[in-house]
Amino acid sequence: MSPQPLGSLHGFAVTFRQIFRKPITQQYPEYKRPLYPRFRGRHRLNRFENGLEKCVGCSLCAAACPADCIRVVAAENTPENRVSAGERYARIYEINMSRCIFCGYCEIACPFDAITLGNEYEISEYSRDDLIYTKDMLLAEPRKRVTIQDPELFDTPIPYYRAKA
Amino acid sequence: MAIAERPLIYEGTRVPHPIPTMLRVDDELREMGDILQVNFGPNHPSTHGVLRLVVDLDGEKVVGLEAKIGYVHTGFEKTMEQKTWWKAITYPARIDYLAYQNNELVFVLAIEKLLQLETPPKATWMRMLLCELNRIHSHLVWLGTSALELGAISVFWYTFREREALCDLFELATGYRLHTRYFQAGGLAEDIPKGFEAECRKFCKTMSPGVDQYEALLDKNAIWIERTRGLGLLSADDAIALGQSGPVLRGSGVDWDLRKSQPYLAYDQVDFDVPVYHGGDVYDRYKLRMDEMRESTRIVEQCLDAMPEGPWIADDRKVVLPPREELHTSMESLIYHFKIVTEGYRVPEGEIYVAVESPRGELGCYVVSDGGPRPWRVKFRAPGFAALEATATCMRDALVADLIAIVGSLDTVMGEVDR
Repeated sequence: MSPQPLGSLHGFAVTFRQIFRKPITQQYPEYKRPLYPRFRGRHRLNRFENGLEKCVGCSLCAAACPADCIRVVAAENTPENRVSAGERYARIYEINMSRCIFCGYCEIACPFDAITLGNEYEISEYSRDDLIYTKDMLLAEPRKRVTIQDPELFDTPIPYYRAKA
Repeated sequence: MAIAERPLIYEGTRVPHPIPTMLRVDDELREMGDILQVNFGPNHPSTHGVLRLVVDLDGEKVVGLEAKIGYVHTGFEKTMEQKTWWKAITYPARIDYLAYQNNELVFVLAIEKLLQLETPPKATWMRMLLCELNRIHSHLVWLGTSALELGAISVFWYTFREREALCDLFELATGYRLHTRYFQAGGLAEDIPKGFEAECRKFCKTMSPGVDQYEALLDKNAIWIERTRGLGLLSADDAIALGQSGPVLRGSGVDWDLRKSQPYLAYDQVDFDVPVYHGGDVYDRYKLRMDEMRESTRIVEQCLDAMPEGPWIADDRKVVLPPREELHTSMESLIYHFKIVTEGYRVPEGEIYVAVESPRGELGCYVVSDGGPRPWRVKFRAPGFAALEATATCMRDALVADLIAIVGSLDTVMGEVDR
Protein backbone atom coordinates (compact mmCIF):
# COMPACT_ATOMS: atom_id res chain seq x y z
CA MET A 1 0.00 0.00 0.00
CA SER A 2 1.49 3.30 -0.96
CA PRO A 3 0.92 6.19 1.42
CA GLN A 4 -2.18 8.20 0.65
CA PRO A 5 -1.96 11.91 1.38
CA LEU A 6 -5.69 11.85 2.08
CA GLY A 7 -5.06 9.35 4.87
CA SER A 8 -3.54 12.14 6.93
CA LEU A 9 -7.04 13.59 7.23
CA HIS A 10 -7.84 10.89 9.80
CA GLY A 11 -5.30 12.51 12.06
CA PHE A 12 -6.69 15.97 11.46
CA ALA A 13 -10.12 14.70 12.45
CA VAL A 14 -8.72 13.71 15.86
CA THR A 15 -7.07 17.04 16.47
CA PHE A 16 -10.09 18.95 15.15
CA ARG A 17 -12.45 17.14 17.51
CA GLN A 18 -10.17 18.06 20.37
CA ILE A 19 -11.09 21.72 19.88
CA PHE A 20 -14.52 21.04 21.35
CA ARG A 21 -13.24 19.14 24.37
CA LYS A 22 -12.25 20.63 27.67
CA PRO A 23 -8.49 20.94 27.91
CA ILE A 24 -6.82 18.81 30.58
CA THR A 25 -4.07 21.34 31.12
CA GLN A 26 -3.59 22.47 34.71
CA GLN A 27 -1.99 25.83 35.35
CA TYR A 28 0.56 24.39 37.68
CA PRO A 29 2.16 26.99 39.91
CA GLU A 30 -1.20 28.69 40.43
CA TYR A 31 -3.19 25.50 40.65
CA LYS A 32 -1.85 22.47 42.46
CA ARG A 33 -3.48 19.14 41.87
CA PRO A 34 -4.57 17.53 45.14
CA LEU A 35 -2.17 14.76 46.03
CA TYR A 36 -3.18 11.27 46.95
CA PRO A 37 -2.80 10.54 50.66
CA ARG A 38 0.01 8.04 50.19
CA PHE A 39 2.27 10.49 48.38
CA ARG A 40 5.77 10.53 49.80
CA GLY A 41 7.24 14.00 49.91
CA ARG A 42 9.57 15.91 52.17
CA HIS A 43 10.20 14.36 55.57
CA ARG A 44 8.88 15.67 58.84
CA LEU A 45 9.83 14.95 62.42
CA ASN A 46 6.85 14.75 64.73
CA ARG A 47 6.20 15.83 68.29
CA PHE A 48 3.78 14.63 70.91
CA GLU A 49 0.96 16.93 71.86
CA ASN A 50 2.85 17.99 74.99
CA GLY A 51 5.75 19.23 72.85
CA LEU A 52 8.18 16.40 73.45
CA GLU A 53 9.83 14.95 70.38
CA LYS A 54 8.86 11.47 69.31
CA CYS A 55 12.36 10.68 68.05
CA VAL A 56 14.50 8.84 70.59
CA GLY A 57 17.64 8.77 68.48
CA CYS A 58 17.71 5.02 67.85
CA SER A 59 19.15 5.50 64.32
CA LEU A 60 16.95 2.82 62.85
CA CYS A 61 15.97 5.19 60.04
CA ALA A 62 19.64 5.72 59.23
CA ALA A 63 20.15 1.95 59.18
CA ALA A 64 17.16 1.47 56.89
CA CYS A 65 18.09 4.17 54.39
CA PRO A 66 19.24 2.63 51.09
CA ALA A 67 20.87 5.91 50.07
CA ASP A 68 22.61 6.49 53.41
CA CYS A 69 21.37 10.04 53.60
CA ILE A 70 20.30 10.23 57.27
CA ARG A 71 22.68 11.12 60.07
CA VAL A 72 21.62 10.80 63.69
CA VAL A 73 23.70 11.59 66.75
CA ALA A 74 21.93 10.74 69.98
CA ALA A 75 22.37 12.24 73.44
CA GLU A 76 20.96 11.43 76.90
CA ASN A 77 17.94 13.23 78.22
CA THR A 78 18.49 14.86 81.60
CA PRO A 79 15.80 16.09 84.05
CA GLU A 80 16.83 19.69 83.31
CA ASN A 81 16.86 19.18 79.57
CA ARG A 82 14.13 16.80 78.53
CA VAL A 83 13.69 16.76 74.76
CA SER A 84 12.09 13.45 73.94
CA ALA A 85 9.83 10.98 75.67
CA GLY A 86 12.44 8.22 75.86
CA GLU A 87 15.82 7.92 77.54
CA ARG A 88 17.70 9.53 74.71
CA TYR A 89 17.00 12.05 72.01
CA ALA A 90 18.46 12.99 68.65
CA ARG A 91 20.97 15.77 69.28
CA ILE A 92 21.76 15.98 65.58
CA TYR A 93 19.31 14.83 62.96
CA GLU A 94 20.18 15.56 59.37
CA ILE A 95 18.77 14.38 56.09
CA ASN A 96 20.70 15.00 52.92
CA MET A 97 17.87 15.68 50.51
CA SER A 98 20.15 15.60 47.49
CA ARG A 99 20.76 11.93 48.16
CA CYS A 100 17.30 10.95 49.35
CA ILE A 101 15.37 8.72 46.94
CA PHE A 102 12.02 9.07 48.76
CA CYS A 103 11.53 5.35 49.15
CA GLY A 104 9.95 5.85 52.56
CA TYR A 105 11.96 3.13 54.27
CA CYS A 106 12.79 5.50 57.15
CA GLU A 107 9.11 5.93 57.78
CA ILE A 108 8.55 2.17 57.70
CA ALA A 109 11.54 1.56 59.96
CA CYS A 110 10.71 4.10 62.65
CA PRO A 111 9.01 2.23 65.51
CA PHE A 112 7.80 5.47 67.13
CA ASP A 113 6.24 7.17 64.08
CA ALA A 114 8.70 9.99 64.70
CA ILE A 115 9.66 10.48 61.07
CA THR A 116 7.00 10.55 58.39
CA LEU A 117 7.06 11.59 54.79
CA GLY A 118 4.89 14.62 54.29
CA ASN A 119 3.34 16.00 51.15
CA GLU A 120 5.62 18.86 50.13
CA TYR A 121 7.38 18.27 46.85
CA GLU A 122 8.69 21.69 45.88
CA ILE A 123 12.02 21.39 47.63
CA SER A 124 14.57 22.55 45.09
CA GLU A 125 17.27 24.93 46.25
CA TYR A 126 19.99 26.98 44.62
CA SER A 127 22.77 25.39 46.59
CA ARG A 128 23.49 21.79 47.53
CA ASP A 129 24.32 22.82 51.07
CA ASP A 130 20.78 24.06 51.50
CA LEU A 131 19.53 20.58 50.74
CA ILE A 132 20.94 19.20 53.96
CA TYR A 133 17.93 19.50 56.24
CA THR A 134 18.65 19.95 59.90
CA LYS A 135 16.51 18.87 62.80
CA ASP A 136 14.94 22.31 63.23
CA MET A 137 13.88 22.39 59.60
CA LEU A 138 12.37 18.93 59.85
CA LEU A 139 10.53 19.73 63.07
CA ALA A 140 9.10 23.03 61.85
CA GLU A 141 5.67 23.23 60.30
CA PRO A 142 6.06 23.16 56.53
CA ARG A 143 5.62 26.51 54.86
CA LYS A 144 3.91 25.35 51.73
CA ARG A 145 0.80 23.31 51.97
CA VAL A 146 -0.58 21.08 49.29
CA THR A 147 -4.13 19.87 49.28
CA ILE A 148 -4.59 16.17 49.74
CA GLN A 149 -7.35 13.96 48.45
CA ASP A 150 -9.72 12.57 51.02
CA PRO A 151 -7.98 9.64 52.77
CA GLU A 152 -11.42 8.17 53.43
CA LEU A 153 -11.82 7.68 49.70
CA PHE A 154 -8.30 6.95 48.58
CA ASP A 155 -6.45 5.09 51.30
CA THR A 156 -6.74 1.86 53.19
CA PRO A 157 -9.28 1.93 56.05
CA ILE A 158 -6.56 2.40 58.67
CA PRO A 159 -3.41 3.71 57.07
CA TYR A 160 -1.62 1.39 59.34
CA TYR A 161 1.58 3.22 59.99
CA ARG A 162 0.30 6.74 59.75
CA ALA A 163 -2.59 6.32 62.14
CA LYS A 164 -0.61 7.58 65.10
CA ALA A 165 1.60 10.05 63.28
CA MET B 1 9.22 -20.98 18.67
CA ALA B 2 7.19 -21.35 15.53
CA ILE B 3 8.16 -19.19 12.61
CA ALA B 4 5.19 -18.84 10.32
CA GLU B 5 5.49 -19.42 6.59
CA ARG B 6 5.66 -15.91 5.22
CA PRO B 7 7.45 -14.10 2.43
CA LEU B 8 11.01 -13.49 3.50
CA ILE B 9 11.74 -10.13 5.03
CA TYR B 10 15.05 -10.24 3.17
CA GLU B 11 17.38 -12.90 1.75
CA GLY B 12 20.02 -14.51 3.92
CA THR B 13 21.49 -12.96 7.00
CA ARG B 14 22.64 -9.44 7.63
CA VAL B 15 24.44 -9.99 10.89
CA PRO B 16 27.81 -8.45 10.04
CA HIS B 17 30.95 -10.45 10.59
CA PRO B 18 33.04 -10.59 12.76
CA ILE B 19 31.55 -8.15 15.27
CA PRO B 20 27.79 -8.28 15.02
CA THR B 21 27.13 -5.02 16.81
CA MET B 22 29.13 -2.78 14.50
CA LEU B 23 28.73 -1.81 10.92
CA ARG B 24 32.17 -1.59 9.33
CA VAL B 25 32.99 0.59 6.36
CA ASP B 26 34.50 -1.18 3.38
CA ASP B 27 38.22 -0.46 3.14
CA GLU B 28 37.79 0.33 -0.53
CA LEU B 29 35.11 2.88 0.24
CA ARG B 30 37.12 4.44 3.00
CA GLU B 31 40.15 4.88 0.77
CA MET B 32 38.08 6.92 -1.64
CA GLY B 33 38.03 9.54 1.10
CA ASP B 34 34.38 10.49 0.89
CA ILE B 35 33.37 9.06 4.21
CA LEU B 36 32.19 11.59 6.75
CA GLN B 37 32.28 10.50 10.34
CA VAL B 38 29.55 12.01 12.48
CA ASN B 39 28.86 11.72 16.16
CA PHE B 40 25.20 11.14 16.84
CA GLY B 41 24.81 11.87 20.53
CA PRO B 42 25.59 11.54 23.37
CA ASN B 43 23.57 14.69 23.95
CA HIS B 44 21.25 14.37 21.03
CA PRO B 45 17.64 14.70 22.15
CA SER B 46 16.44 11.71 20.18
CA THR B 47 18.89 9.13 21.48
CA HIS B 48 16.62 8.22 24.40
CA GLY B 49 19.22 9.06 26.97
CA VAL B 50 22.91 9.38 26.39
CA LEU B 51 23.65 7.03 23.57
CA ARG B 52 26.53 7.92 21.30
CA LEU B 53 26.56 6.50 17.81
CA VAL B 54 29.59 7.02 15.63
CA VAL B 55 28.14 7.06 12.17
CA ASP B 56 30.11 6.86 8.91
CA LEU B 57 28.26 8.56 6.12
CA ASP B 58 28.71 8.15 2.42
CA GLY B 59 26.63 11.03 1.21
CA GLU B 60 23.37 10.40 3.02
CA LYS B 61 23.85 6.68 3.32
CA VAL B 62 24.90 5.12 6.60
CA VAL B 63 27.81 2.85 5.80
CA GLY B 64 29.36 2.43 9.21
CA LEU B 65 27.97 2.44 12.69
CA GLU B 66 29.37 1.90 16.12
CA ALA B 67 27.54 2.43 19.40
CA LYS B 68 29.48 3.85 22.33
CA ILE B 69 27.78 3.25 25.62
CA GLY B 70 28.52 3.72 29.28
CA TYR B 71 27.62 7.37 29.76
CA VAL B 72 25.10 6.61 32.49
CA HIS B 73 26.88 3.67 34.04
CA THR B 74 25.98 3.89 37.70
CA GLY B 75 27.02 0.49 38.99
CA PHE B 76 23.58 -0.54 40.20
CA GLU B 77 24.42 -4.23 40.29
CA LYS B 78 27.55 -3.69 42.37
CA THR B 79 25.81 -1.26 44.71
CA MET B 80 23.04 -3.77 45.31
CA GLU B 81 25.65 -6.23 46.57
CA GLN B 82 26.53 -3.78 49.34
CA LYS B 83 22.93 -3.45 50.53
CA THR B 84 20.74 -5.89 52.37
CA TRP B 85 18.11 -7.73 50.33
CA TRP B 86 15.41 -5.48 51.70
CA LYS B 87 17.21 -2.29 50.79
CA ALA B 88 18.29 -3.60 47.40
CA ILE B 89 14.63 -3.73 46.33
CA THR B 90 14.72 0.05 45.83
CA TYR B 91 17.48 -0.22 43.20
CA PRO B 92 16.16 -2.27 40.25
CA ALA B 93 13.35 0.20 39.59
CA ARG B 94 15.96 2.80 38.77
CA ILE B 95 17.75 0.67 36.20
CA ASP B 96 15.02 0.87 33.59
CA TYR B 97 13.19 3.97 34.63
CA LEU B 98 10.30 3.43 32.22
CA ALA B 99 9.58 -0.16 33.19
CA TYR B 100 10.27 0.35 36.88
CA GLN B 101 7.55 -1.97 38.11
CA ASN B 102 8.71 -4.88 35.99
CA ASN B 103 12.29 -4.44 37.14
CA GLU B 104 11.18 -4.41 40.73
CA LEU B 105 9.11 -7.52 40.14
CA VAL B 106 11.93 -9.55 38.66
CA PHE B 107 14.23 -8.92 41.62
CA VAL B 108 11.50 -9.58 44.17
CA LEU B 109 10.56 -12.80 42.38
CA ALA B 110 14.20 -13.88 42.51
CA ILE B 111 14.35 -13.30 46.28
CA GLU B 112 11.09 -15.14 46.76
CA LYS B 113 12.26 -18.11 44.73
CA LEU B 114 15.43 -18.39 46.79
CA LEU B 115 13.43 -18.10 50.00
CA GLN B 116 10.69 -20.39 48.62
CA LEU B 117 8.18 -17.88 49.84
CA GLU B 118 4.56 -18.07 48.77
CA THR B 119 2.78 -14.82 48.05
CA PRO B 120 -0.91 -14.41 48.80
CA PRO B 121 -3.15 -14.32 45.70
CA LYS B 122 -4.06 -10.68 46.22
CA ALA B 123 -0.41 -9.69 45.93
CA THR B 124 0.06 -11.82 42.82
CA TRP B 125 -2.88 -10.26 41.02
CA MET B 126 -2.02 -6.74 42.06
CA ARG B 127 1.54 -7.26 40.85
CA MET B 128 0.24 -8.43 37.52
CA LEU B 129 -2.07 -5.43 37.29
CA LEU B 130 0.66 -2.93 38.05
CA CYS B 131 3.10 -4.61 35.66
CA GLU B 132 0.60 -4.34 32.85
CA LEU B 133 -0.10 -0.70 33.67
CA ASN B 134 3.63 -0.23 33.60
CA ARG B 135 3.84 -1.86 30.17
CA ILE B 136 1.29 0.64 28.89
CA HIS B 137 3.29 3.43 30.52
CA SER B 138 6.49 2.37 28.83
CA HIS B 139 4.87 2.00 25.42
CA LEU B 140 3.18 5.39 25.77
CA VAL B 141 6.46 7.12 26.47
CA TRP B 142 8.05 5.22 23.61
CA LEU B 143 5.31 6.16 21.18
CA GLY B 144 5.19 9.79 22.24
CA THR B 145 8.92 10.36 21.99
CA SER B 146 9.48 8.29 18.87
CA ALA B 147 6.72 10.05 16.99
CA LEU B 148 8.00 13.38 18.25
CA GLU B 149 11.41 12.63 16.83
CA LEU B 150 9.88 11.98 13.44
CA GLY B 151 8.03 15.27 13.58
CA ALA B 152 4.60 14.17 14.81
CA ILE B 153 4.42 16.38 17.86
CA SER B 154 0.68 16.06 18.51
CA VAL B 155 0.97 12.34 19.27
CA PHE B 156 3.23 13.27 22.16
CA TRP B 157 0.49 15.34 23.81
CA TYR B 158 -2.09 12.61 23.35
CA THR B 159 0.12 9.87 24.77
CA PHE B 160 1.22 11.95 27.73
CA ARG B 161 -2.40 12.67 28.57
CA GLU B 162 -2.86 8.94 29.27
CA ARG B 163 0.55 8.61 30.83
CA GLU B 164 -0.32 11.32 33.33
CA ALA B 165 -3.44 9.40 34.34
CA LEU B 166 -1.28 6.30 34.74
CA CYS B 167 1.23 8.07 36.95
CA ASP B 168 -1.68 9.27 39.07
CA LEU B 169 -2.77 5.66 39.48
CA PHE B 170 0.69 4.69 40.63
CA GLU B 171 0.70 7.60 43.05
CA LEU B 172 -2.64 6.52 44.43
CA ALA B 173 -1.62 2.91 45.00
CA THR B 174 2.04 3.13 45.86
CA GLY B 175 2.75 6.68 46.95
CA TYR B 176 5.09 7.57 44.14
CA ARG B 177 4.64 8.18 40.45
CA LEU B 178 7.77 6.32 39.45
CA HIS B 179 10.13 4.06 41.41
CA THR B 180 7.45 2.78 43.69
CA ARG B 181 9.18 0.13 45.90
CA TYR B 182 5.63 -1.23 46.27
CA PHE B 183 6.63 -4.86 45.71
CA GLN B 184 8.30 -6.40 48.73
CA ALA B 185 9.55 -9.92 49.26
CA GLY B 186 6.38 -11.79 50.23
CA GLY B 187 3.82 -9.50 48.68
CA LEU B 188 3.03 -5.80 48.64
CA ALA B 189 4.21 -3.04 50.92
CA GLU B 190 0.68 -1.86 51.66
CA ASP B 191 -2.86 -2.94 51.03
CA ILE B 192 -4.55 -1.81 47.83
CA PRO B 193 -6.14 1.53 48.69
CA LYS B 194 -9.83 2.16 48.51
CA GLY B 195 -10.83 3.95 45.38
CA PHE B 196 -8.10 2.33 43.33
CA GLU B 197 -10.44 -0.01 41.53
CA ALA B 198 -12.81 2.77 40.49
CA GLU B 199 -9.98 5.01 39.31
CA CYS B 200 -8.34 2.16 37.45
CA ARG B 201 -11.57 1.23 35.68
CA LYS B 202 -11.98 4.86 34.70
CA PHE B 203 -8.51 4.75 33.20
CA CYS B 204 -9.21 1.52 31.29
CA LYS B 205 -12.26 3.16 29.75
CA THR B 206 -10.18 6.04 28.41
CA MET B 207 -7.30 3.83 27.30
CA SER B 208 -8.82 2.01 24.33
CA PRO B 209 -10.27 5.17 22.70
CA GLY B 210 -6.88 6.67 23.39
CA VAL B 211 -5.09 3.99 21.40
CA ASP B 212 -7.61 4.48 18.61
CA GLN B 213 -6.70 8.14 18.55
CA TYR B 214 -2.96 7.49 18.29
CA GLU B 215 -3.61 5.07 15.47
CA ALA B 216 -5.84 7.57 13.70
CA LEU B 217 -3.08 10.14 14.00
CA LEU B 218 -0.35 7.88 12.66
CA ASP B 219 -1.61 4.79 10.85
CA LYS B 220 -2.56 6.45 7.61
CA ASN B 221 -0.36 9.50 7.90
CA ALA B 222 1.64 9.65 4.69
CA ILE B 223 4.78 10.99 6.36
CA TRP B 224 4.69 8.42 9.12
CA ILE B 225 4.30 5.57 6.64
CA GLU B 226 7.09 6.89 4.43
CA ARG B 227 9.42 7.14 7.37
CA THR B 228 8.67 3.82 9.01
CA ARG B 229 7.57 1.23 6.46
CA GLY B 230 10.26 -1.05 5.07
CA LEU B 231 12.93 0.52 7.26
CA GLY B 232 15.13 -1.08 9.87
CA LEU B 233 14.53 -4.57 8.57
CA LEU B 234 15.44 -7.43 10.84
CA SER B 235 14.64 -10.99 9.81
CA ALA B 236 13.42 -13.59 12.27
CA ASP B 237 16.63 -15.61 12.07
CA ASP B 238 18.79 -12.56 12.60
CA ALA B 239 16.62 -11.42 15.48
CA ILE B 240 17.09 -14.78 17.18
CA ALA B 241 20.81 -14.80 16.38
CA LEU B 242 21.15 -11.38 17.99
CA GLY B 243 19.28 -12.48 21.11
CA GLN B 244 16.32 -10.20 20.63
CA SER B 245 13.17 -10.50 22.65
CA GLY B 246 9.96 -8.63 23.20
CA PRO B 247 8.49 -6.32 20.55
CA VAL B 248 11.61 -6.38 18.36
CA LEU B 249 11.46 -10.17 18.09
CA ARG B 250 7.68 -10.35 17.73
CA GLY B 251 7.76 -7.62 15.11
CA SER B 252 9.99 -9.91 13.06
CA GLY B 253 7.45 -12.70 13.15
CA VAL B 254 8.55 -14.87 16.05
CA ASP B 255 5.79 -15.73 18.48
CA TRP B 256 7.70 -15.66 21.74
CA ASP B 257 6.35 -14.12 24.90
CA LEU B 258 7.43 -15.23 28.37
CA ARG B 259 3.95 -14.51 29.68
CA LYS B 260 2.67 -17.33 27.45
CA SER B 261 5.68 -19.61 27.14
CA GLN B 262 6.56 -19.79 30.83
CA PRO B 263 3.78 -18.01 32.71
CA TYR B 264 4.76 -16.33 35.94
CA LEU B 265 2.41 -14.61 38.41
CA ALA B 266 -1.08 -15.55 37.21
CA TYR B 267 -0.67 -14.98 33.49
CA ASP B 268 -1.96 -18.47 32.79
CA GLN B 269 -5.30 -17.48 34.32
CA VAL B 270 -6.00 -14.43 32.20
CA ASP B 271 -7.11 -14.32 28.62
CA PHE B 272 -4.94 -12.31 26.28
CA ASP B 273 -3.34 -12.57 22.86
CA VAL B 274 0.25 -12.02 21.92
CA PRO B 275 0.35 -9.84 18.82
CA VAL B 276 2.86 -10.93 16.19
CA TYR B 277 3.77 -9.01 13.04
CA HIS B 278 5.79 -10.32 10.16
CA GLY B 279 7.23 -7.29 8.43
CA GLY B 280 10.23 -6.82 10.70
CA ASP B 281 10.29 -3.08 10.03
CA VAL B 282 9.79 0.03 12.13
CA TYR B 283 6.11 0.23 11.22
CA ASP B 284 5.39 -3.30 12.40
CA ARG B 285 7.15 -2.69 15.70
CA TYR B 286 4.95 0.34 16.12
CA LYS B 287 1.77 -1.59 15.28
CA LEU B 288 2.80 -4.35 17.65
CA ARG B 289 3.20 -1.98 20.56
CA MET B 290 -0.20 -0.49 19.83
CA ASP B 291 -1.76 -3.95 19.99
CA GLU B 292 0.16 -4.72 23.16
CA MET B 293 -1.33 -1.66 24.82
CA ARG B 294 -4.82 -2.93 23.98
CA GLU B 295 -4.00 -6.39 25.29
CA SER B 296 -2.53 -4.94 28.47
CA THR B 297 -5.70 -2.96 29.05
CA ARG B 298 -7.63 -6.21 28.70
CA ILE B 299 -5.40 -7.90 31.27
CA VAL B 300 -5.80 -4.97 33.67
CA GLU B 301 -9.58 -5.23 33.41
CA GLN B 302 -9.46 -8.95 34.09
CA CYS B 303 -7.19 -8.37 37.08
CA LEU B 304 -9.67 -5.89 38.49
CA ASP B 305 -12.51 -8.36 38.03
CA ALA B 306 -10.61 -11.21 39.60
CA MET B 307 -8.84 -9.31 42.40
CA PRO B 308 -9.06 -11.65 45.41
CA GLU B 309 -9.64 -10.55 48.97
CA GLY B 310 -7.32 -11.34 51.80
CA PRO B 311 -3.87 -10.42 53.05
CA TRP B 312 -1.49 -8.52 50.81
CA ILE B 313 1.73 -9.90 52.21
CA ALA B 314 2.83 -13.33 53.34
CA ASP B 315 2.85 -14.13 57.03
CA ASP B 316 6.50 -15.00 57.50
CA ARG B 317 8.01 -13.22 60.46
CA LYS B 318 11.55 -14.08 59.43
CA VAL B 319 11.29 -12.06 56.21
CA VAL B 320 8.27 -9.80 56.33
CA LEU B 321 8.18 -6.79 58.62
CA PRO B 322 5.67 -7.33 61.46
CA PRO B 323 2.37 -5.42 61.31
CA ARG B 324 2.74 -1.85 62.42
CA GLU B 325 0.27 -1.94 65.27
CA GLU B 326 2.12 -4.82 66.95
CA LEU B 327 5.26 -2.72 67.43
CA HIS B 328 3.71 -0.93 70.38
CA THR B 329 2.42 -4.05 72.09
CA SER B 330 4.68 -7.00 71.29
CA MET B 331 8.34 -7.11 72.27
CA GLU B 332 8.95 -10.01 69.94
CA SER B 333 7.61 -8.10 66.95
CA LEU B 334 9.81 -5.15 67.82
CA ILE B 335 12.87 -7.40 67.93
CA TYR B 336 12.06 -8.87 64.53
CA HIS B 337 11.45 -5.37 63.19
CA PHE B 338 14.87 -4.19 64.36
CA LYS B 339 16.50 -7.38 63.11
CA ILE B 340 15.07 -7.12 59.59
CA VAL B 341 15.75 -3.40 59.25
CA THR B 342 19.30 -3.38 60.56
CA GLU B 343 20.77 -6.75 59.72
CA GLY B 344 18.30 -7.84 57.09
CA TYR B 345 16.84 -11.25 56.48
CA ARG B 346 19.07 -14.08 55.40
CA VAL B 347 18.43 -15.76 52.10
CA PRO B 348 19.50 -19.40 51.72
CA GLU B 349 22.58 -20.14 49.71
CA GLY B 350 21.94 -20.68 46.05
CA GLU B 351 21.65 -19.08 42.67
CA ILE B 352 18.62 -18.32 40.58
CA TYR B 353 17.72 -16.83 37.24
CA VAL B 354 14.25 -15.36 36.92
CA ALA B 355 12.96 -13.82 33.73
CA VAL B 356 9.86 -11.76 33.11
CA GLU B 357 8.47 -10.13 30.00
CA SER B 358 9.19 -6.47 30.45
CA PRO B 359 7.88 -3.93 27.91
CA ARG B 360 11.20 -4.29 26.12
CA GLY B 361 11.47 -8.06 26.19
CA GLU B 362 13.01 -10.71 28.35
CA LEU B 363 14.19 -9.04 31.51
CA GLY B 364 16.24 -11.47 33.51
CA CYS B 365 17.69 -11.28 36.96
CA TYR B 366 20.46 -13.60 38.04
CA VAL B 367 21.06 -13.61 41.76
CA VAL B 368 23.59 -15.53 43.82
CA SER B 369 23.24 -15.73 47.55
CA ASP B 370 25.94 -16.95 49.90
CA GLY B 371 23.44 -17.38 52.69
CA GLY B 372 24.09 -13.94 54.12
CA PRO B 373 21.94 -10.86 54.47
CA ARG B 374 23.26 -9.35 51.24
CA PRO B 375 23.17 -10.62 47.69
CA TRP B 376 26.55 -12.00 46.68
CA ARG B 377 26.01 -11.21 43.03
CA VAL B 378 23.22 -9.52 41.12
CA LYS B 379 23.12 -9.41 37.35
CA PHE B 380 20.38 -8.14 35.12
CA ARG B 381 19.75 -9.31 31.60
CA ALA B 382 18.62 -6.08 30.04
CA PRO B 383 16.49 -6.41 26.91
CA GLY B 384 17.38 -2.88 25.90
CA PHE B 385 21.05 -3.84 25.72
CA ALA B 386 20.26 -6.71 23.39
CA ALA B 387 18.08 -4.42 21.27
CA LEU B 388 20.91 -1.94 20.94
CA GLU B 389 23.14 -4.71 19.60
CA ALA B 390 20.72 -5.13 16.71
CA THR B 391 21.07 -1.49 15.66
CA ALA B 392 23.88 -2.10 13.19
CA THR B 393 22.04 -4.96 11.50
CA CYS B 394 18.83 -2.95 11.24
CA MET B 395 20.74 0.00 9.84
CA ARG B 396 21.75 -1.77 6.60
CA ASP B 397 20.96 0.39 3.56
CA ALA B 398 19.57 3.15 5.76
CA LEU B 399 19.84 6.86 5.24
CA VAL B 400 20.94 9.14 8.02
CA ALA B 401 17.39 10.41 8.51
CA ASP B 402 16.20 6.84 9.07
CA LEU B 403 18.68 6.43 11.89
CA ILE B 404 16.35 8.23 14.29
CA ALA B 405 13.38 6.10 13.34
CA ILE B 406 15.32 2.86 13.58
CA VAL B 407 17.08 3.55 16.87
CA GLY B 408 13.76 4.73 18.26
CA SER B 409 11.91 1.64 17.13
CA LEU B 410 14.28 -0.64 19.02
CA ASP B 411 13.23 1.13 22.21
CA THR B 412 16.45 1.15 24.15
CA VAL B 413 16.53 2.84 27.52
CA MET B 414 20.04 3.91 28.27
CA GLY B 415 19.67 3.54 32.01
CA GLU B 416 19.12 -0.12 31.40
CA VAL B 417 21.84 -0.50 28.77
CA ASP B 418 24.56 1.05 30.91
CA ARG B 419 23.21 0.09 34.34
